Amino acid sequence: MLKVNGLSTYYGNIQALKGISMEVAEGEIITLIGANGAGKTTTLMSISGIVSSRQGEIFFLDKPIHAMSPDKIVSLGISQVPEGRRIFPYLTVAENLDMGAYLRSDTENIKKDMAYIWDLFPILSQRRHQAGGTLSGGEQQMLAISRALMARPRLLLLDEPSLGLAPLVVKQIFEIIKKINTENNTTIFLVEQNANMALKIAHRGYVMENGVITMSDSSRNLLCNEAVKKAYLGL
Amino acid sequence: MMTFTEIKKSFLTSLWFMFLTFPIMVIRVNTIEKQVIWRWENMWYVGIGSFLLSFVWRYFLRRKERGNNHANEHIANMSSSIQRIFSRRRYKIPAMVAAAMTVAVFPFVMNSYQTNIMITALMYVMLGLGLNIVVGLAGLLDLGYVAFYAVGAYTYGLLNHHFGIGFWTVLPLGGALGALFGVLLGFPVLRLRGDYLAIVTLGFGEIIRLILENWNEFSYGPSGIAHISKPSLFGIKLSFSGEITYMYFLMIGMVCFTIFVVNRLQNSRIGRAWIALREDEVACQAMGIDKTRTKLTAFALGATWAGMAGVIFAAKTTFINPASFTFMESAMILSIVVLGGMGSIPGVIIAALFLILLPEYLRAFSDYRMLLFGAIMVIMMVFRPQGIIATVRRNYNFKKAEN
Ligand SMILES: Nc1ncnc2c1ncn2[C@@H]1O[C@H](COP(=O)(O)OP(=O)(O)OP(=O)(O)O)[C@@H](O)[C@H]1O
Ligand SMILES: [Mg+2]
Repeated sequence: MLKVNGLSTYYGNIQALKGISMEVAEGEIITLIGANGAGKTTTLMSISGIVSSRQGEIFFLDKPIHAMSPDKIVSLGISQVPEGRRIFPYLTVAENLDMGAYLRSDTENIKKDMAYIWDLFPILSQRRHQAGGTLSGGEQQMLAISRALMARPRLLLLDEPSLGLAPLVVKQIFEIIKKINTENNTTIFLVEQNANMALKIAHRGYVMENGVITMSDSSRNLLCNEAVKKAYLGL
Repeated sequence: MMTFTEIKKSFLTSLWFMFLTFPIMVIRVNTIEKQVIWRWENMWYVGIGSFLLSFVWRYFLRRKERGNNHANEHIANMSSSIQRIFSRRRYKIPAMVAAAMTVAVFPFVMNSYQTNIMITALMYVMLGLGLNIVVGLAGLLDLGYVAFYAVGAYTYGLLNHHFGIGFWTVLPLGGALGALFGVLLGFPVLRLRGDYLAIVTLGFGEIIRLILENWNEFSYGPSGIAHISKPSLFGIKLSFSGEITYMYFLMIGMVCFTIFVVNRLQNSRIGRAWIALREDEVACQAMGIDKTRTKLTAFALGATWAGMAGVIFAAKTTFINPASFTFMESAMILSIVVLGGMGSIPGVIIAALFLILLPEYLRAFSDYRMLLFGAIMVIMMVFRPQGIIATVRRNYNFKKAEN
C-alpha cells in the first residue's frame, strides 16, 4: 500500500533521514520505534508531504506522492495525527472534528462518522461544545485521533499517541487503535517511544537509529530480540 | 508599605520626566535678543503632572493585577451580558428597529456637515471590516492595507477621467482589481508570518503610494486627479444635500452588504480554515487544508473591500491624490480592528465610529488629538487587550489541562 524507497530528508544542512526504505501492506499495523531524534517524526512528515524530502520516492497505492502537496496527499487517503496532538485550542470539539473532514463534502457520511466517533470516545461526545484547549491531555489525544479519522483515511499515521498520558489512558488508546484497524480495515503506521506497547499491537516493526533503518522484523521477533530488549524495552 | 513604594516609584518617574523634558520645557532661547529664558515653573508642572499620572496608572495596573480574573471576569461578564441581551429575541428586535430608525432618519435630522462625517465614518467601518478578514480572521498582520484602497480609488479616478466610465460600472471593477493586487501581494509573503509579514506589507503599501506619486504620466503625480463624477442615480440630477443623502444611503447599503458577507464568511468552511490556520499551520496541513490557497483567499477578499471602498472614496471626494493613502491610513484602519476586537464585527463597527467621529467632534482639542489618540490606544491595550467587544470564541476561560 505504502512504499518508501531510499528517502532522504534534510533540515538545512542537517540530514535527518539517510535513505530509508520501508513498506506497509494494506490492513497492517506497522510500528516505527527509535530513540529521541532518530527521525521518526521526520519520516511521517515526509510521507504526508508537510516536510519535503530531497531524494527518494514514496508510492501510495502505486501513485508517486513524494512531490505532491500535503492537501493532495490527504485527499488520497493518508491522514496524520501529528506529534503533540496539535488540536485547535479555540475551536470546539465538534468544530475540530469538522476540520478533520475539511476535504469531504458528503454531509450524510460525515454525520455518520461523527456518530461513530461519539461512540468510540463517549467522553468527547459529552464535551462536544467545549473548546479543544480546555480538554485534558488524554482527551486531546482522543480528539486528535478522531479528527484524523474524520478524513476517512485508508492509512493513518500516528505520532506518539501515548506521549504524556497515564498508563491506563495509554492502554485505552492502544485498544482503540487496534479497534480502528480491525473494524474499518484502516492501515496504521504507528510511531512510538513506548516500544513495548507498540510492538504488542503491531504486526511488524521497524527500528530506526540516526536517520537509518537498522532492523525490520515481525513484532514478535523484535520483542524477543536481545538488542531491541536492551535498547528500547529497558530489560 | 505598598503605597509608599508606589509613591517612590511615581516620584522617580516624575524626576525622569522632568529630566527628559528639561530642554524643551524649561530652556527657551530667544534668537533675536540672544537671550536664554529659564522657565523653571514649567518643570514643576511637568513634575507634578507626571507624578499624578504615574500614580494613577500604577494604581489601576495594580488593581487589575490583584483582582486579575476578578476585574476581567467582571468586564467579560458585562460584555457577554450585553451580547446575551442582544441575542434574546425580545430585546434584539426592538434594538434592531431602533438602530434602523436612527440610521434611516439621520441624514434628514442632521445637517450636511454631520452627514458627511458620518459617511467618512461608514467608509472606515467598511475598511475595518475588510481588514478584519485579513487580520482578525486569518491572523495575517497587514500594514499596507491602504494600498488596495488606493488601487480602488485610482481605478475609478483614471477610468472616469479618461473614458468617463460611471461609478456603478467601476465599483465591482475596483473590487476585482483590489483582489488582483491582494493576490499579487499575497504570493511573495505566503511563507512569512508575524513581524516579517508586517514589514513586507508595509513596504508594499509605500511602493504603491510612491508609484502614484512619481509616475506623472500615469497618475498625474502629487497633483492627483480632480473632477471625478459623483455616483449617478438613474440619471436624475440631485441637489447638493440630495447628493450627500444619496451617498449616505449608498454607504449604509455597502456596510450592510459587508456585514452580511463577513458574517457569512466567518461561519463558512473557509472562515473555519482561516481560524484553524491562525492557530496551527502544521495541523492544518495534516487536515488537508491548502495553506497557499487559503491565505491568498484571505488577502484577496480583504483587498476586494478596500478596492470598493476606494472607488466610493474617489466618488465622494471627487478628487484624489497620493496624500490620501499614506501609512497613517493603514495604521488607522488597523487601530480600528485592534481596538474593536479582532474578528468581532460589532466591535469593529463601534471602534470605527468612535475613532473617526470622536476626533471630528473634538476639534477644540485638535492640537492634542494625536496625543489623546495614542493615550487611548495604550490604555486600551493594557487594560483590555481583547478589544471593545471580544469575539465570542475568545471568551473561553482556559483551565490548565488536568490529568
Ligand atoms: N524543523 C527542524 N529543523 C532542524 N532540525 C530538525 C527539525 N525537526 C527535526 N530536526 C532534527 O532532525 C532530527 C530528527 O528529528 P525527529 O523529530 O524526526 O526525531 P524523532 O525520532 O521524532 O524524535 P522524538 O522521539 O524525540 O520525537 C533531530 O536531530 C532533530 O534535531
Ligand atoms: Mg518525534
